[in-house]
Amino acid sequence: MASGTSDIAIIGGGVVGLSTALGLLRSGRQVTVFDGADMDLRASQGNFGLVWLQGKGADFAPYAEWTRDAVAAWPDFAGGLKDLTGTDVALDQSGGFEFFTDSEEFSDFAAALGRQQAVLGNRFSHEIVSGDDLRRSHPGIGPDVVGASFCPLDGHVNPLRLLQVLRCAVLGAGGRLVTDAHVVDVQASGGGFDLTLRDATRVTAERIVLCAGLGTSALAGKLGFRTRVRPQRGELLITEKLAERLPFLSSTIRQVDEGGVQIGGTKADAGPDDSETLEVMAGLARHAVQVFPALADVRVVRAWGALRVMSPDGYPVYARSRLHPDAHLVTCHSGVTLAPLHATALADWINGSVDAPNLEAFDENRFALSDAA
Amino acid sequence: MKIASRFLTPPEPAATIQLTLDGEPVTARAGDTVAAALLAHSGDASRLTARGAPRTAFCMMGVCFDCLVEVDGRPNCQGCMVQVRDGMVLRRQRGPRKLMGGAQDA
Amino acid sequence: MHELDLIIIGAGPAGMTAAATAAKHGARVLLLDEQRRSGGQIYRDVGETDSARPYLGKDYAAGRALVAALNAPGIDIEVDATVWRVDAGPRVIWSRGGKSHVTRARHVLLASGAQERPTPFPGWTLPGVMPAGAAQILMKTSGLLPRDAVLAGSGPLIYLIAAQMIDAGARPRALVETQSPRMLLRAARHLPRALLATPTLLKGLGLIAKIRAAGITRHIGATGFSAEKTENGDILFSFTAKGHRHQIATPLLLTHQGVVPSTHISRAAGVAHEWNEAQQAFQAKTDPWGRTDVHGIHVAGDGAGIGGADAAKAAGRLAALDILHRLGRLTEDARNQTAAADRAAHRRAMAIRPFLDAAYAPLPEILAPEGDTIVCRCEEITAADIHASLKEGAKGPRQVKTATRAGMGPCQGRMCDLTVRGILANCGATPATPRARSPIKPVKLGELAALTSHKETSP
Repeated sequence: MASGTSDIAIIGGGVVGLSTALGLLRSGRQVTVFDGADMDLRASQGNFGLVWLQGKGADFAPYAEWTRDAVAAWPDFAGGLKDLTGTDVALDQSGGFEFFTDSEEFSDFAAALGRQQAVLGNRFSHEIVSGDDLRRSHPGIGPDVVGASFCPLDGHVNPLRLLQVLRCAVLGAGGRLVTDAHVVDVQASGGGFDLTLRDATRVTAERIVLCAGLGTSALAGKLGFRTRVRPQRGELLITEKLAERLPFLSSTIRQVDEGGVQIGGTKADAGPDDSETLEVMAGLARHAVQVFPALADVRVVRAWGALRVMSPDGYPVYARSRLHPDAHLVTCHSGVTLAPLHATALADWINGSVDAPNLEAFDENRFALSDAA
Repeated sequence: MKIASRFLTPPEPAATIQLTLDGEPVTARAGDTVAAALLAHSGDASRLTARGAPRTAFCMMGVCFDCLVEVDGRPNCQGCMVQVRDGMVLRRQRGPRKLMGGAQDA
Repeated sequence: MHELDLIIIGAGPAGMTAAATAAKHGARVLLLDEQRRSGGQIYRDVGETDSARPYLGKDYAAGRALVAALNAPGIDIEVDATVWRVDAGPRVIWSRGGKSHVTRARHVLLASGAQERPTPFPGWTLPGVMPAGAAQILMKTSGLLPRDAVLAGSGPLIYLIAAQMIDAGARPRALVETQSPRMLLRAARHLPRALLATPTLLKGLGLIAKIRAAGITRHIGATGFSAEKTENGDILFSFTAKGHRHQIATPLLLTHQGVVPSTHISRAAGVAHEWNEAQQAFQAKTDPWGRTDVHGIHVAGDGAGIGGADAAKAAGRLAALDILHRLGRLTEDARNQTAAADRAAHRRAMAIRPFLDAAYAPLPEILAPEGDTIVCRCEEITAADIHASLKEGAKGPRQVKTATRAGMGPCQGRMCDLTVRGILANCGATPATPRARSPIKPVKLGELAALTSHKETSP
């Protein structure tokens, strides 16, 4: 690509970067998205596709509120994407379960939902269901399930289609997408920024938004940010397609709209290694069979590992650089759930609009104490 | 319309077994794979894809998964990797498998 | 219970010779194969088929000795055994009869062989269109003979199958060959080297002479394949040759564009692979002993590059000798001395490949199809779908896969990886080796769940 100038440069072409780009494009800005290489680590290509509220922000009210707003904004967001691209992201918000086979974990989670309820008040609702009640309402749930929580606001989308649709929407809204563009350096210069790509191409931009997922840490320091992210591995299985629909959605077992059943939800610190491991695969299968024993007969056709993008406290970071106020950093591990807000309110915040939300709670200055310690 | 097998019946003498395909009796050679038996029986599709396209066994070596068939109530079996057995109940699948196996909707 | 020295995956020419060689020097070997019997695809069921099928020929019958040699102390054979994961360590996870086993050994040899190159063109998914090699497998395993079939494509296997069909009394309707006189001319510069493999060349010429003598119609330089279904269920096969469009109705269209390495198992095991431009395929990277970059894992035979059965036999022995040396059962000198004859045999067998690769190269339109032609048979994804994903910014195999679902079905890309690669290359990309992951064959959740309390076995 020839060198060029752009109003706003977004580093990162995953769900977070593209949602943010879409919002800025809608506000009339000229936006270029720099997307990495095919084999880069991409949470957007390996995630579970949940649009999920229960359990989010039980101990951090701003995150509970932010997530609640995002979940509420999803129907309009999905509709808008369909209008723009003609493609349906298969949004289903008919409620979701969290299943438990361990009583202690069950009661701990129920307590967390109680705190979330206290924060959100009538903007949230959930049920705690005993194993026996669950088996009465949902025949086929296994005897090892001691109970479940249910939140009627939870749902899911097809995450790969969301990524594809966001790309098309950004292109359709007049955004530029530079692919295979690994940004190796970024420097502030004369009121703007100079970006250097791996192929030595130089690009300038007036504003910059760093949405680079696990690539964030490498560039954050150059822009004066203190945020560093770490990978957290999740492993996933997907089965052959089924003709009928599973009678439930859960945070660990969901049926994608194409018919396969996806199983996930594991967490491991394995550095940059996104392998699928025998022990975790077996554990995921065991969980699925415990929850819904009929799944024992269904074949796994693929397994994979993917790396979540985790900030030090796990909550999103929306930060404006102290050194370079036209540089922004956006990172979170719930890029799917939060996408509708990234495509609206976050863009307002980046633009400095008067009606932008107050995102002070998500600033990176909350890490200053731990950094100093 | 019934489509004749695209293969010639082997001239060699062989023991046979009886199985059923969608309820119809079929004579097959003992020792054959399910996929071979179906190809010997008929030139017609042995399953329909999720989009309704007809398919028959293709690679015959376990690679392509086009020979998927319901064997004795177990859906999505690779016909080229399973041997026929006397009394075997085969059903052609139309679209994706069902969770509980069993007969497909016609 | 003694520790296993070696697990060999694949009981074809490479795996069988490796097993026999290793056991002869006292190693304890477990040989796993997914099929019902040892032999690999080339010698499918050779131990079962007796003189009732003489039309399969002497080369096929020669496999009987390899199968017989497996009946030796130190070799355990597990058939119907589907390996679905190989870990460094090494350990092998394999399934049989609905139960998975985790077996450890000091070394693992991957001898996964080859599969036919997928040949996408309009109509290739219709009942009545099959790979020629698949029809040959039916001849070997069931005695089923193709009825009034058309053989279309190119490569030595097409001539062999045509000759076997003639000898069996099931003459092909026609041969529609994709190699052009120009391709043969270009290949001619490799002939001096190919003379090292004169017997193979002569065999090939003999097959062609047999086809000619039988009066089978041959079309040369054919392109533009397409298949449609006729009213009676036959295939109406169309192609262009010598500037004219031809149509042949046939019950069975058998296509072939050569064979390619089966690499899912080696890729999923983390072994480095490379692109073989002459063979238009990915292959495991090995040293001359079959060693890979993953400790404890060797690859021998067609999985490390197509060479055919004779090359695979030599490669299997070479890998076994190196493993025996690593086990302390052969000194370096003894390994090298014993290997000399196998190295020479391997060189001889490989001498003809450059000629064959050039003369019978697959058609560009098969490597990179366009329009409504199905690329991914499992997910029913077309070439146009792949092209659309490239327009939307996909740059490599992973983005194409996630954008289109090509390769996400039960075959896990075995039928479309190379076509996606061909389309990417045709559009100016330099595609990386696509990643493969376990389970490389589907495995039931219940079976996988049972492994949470697995015990490693060492039979």
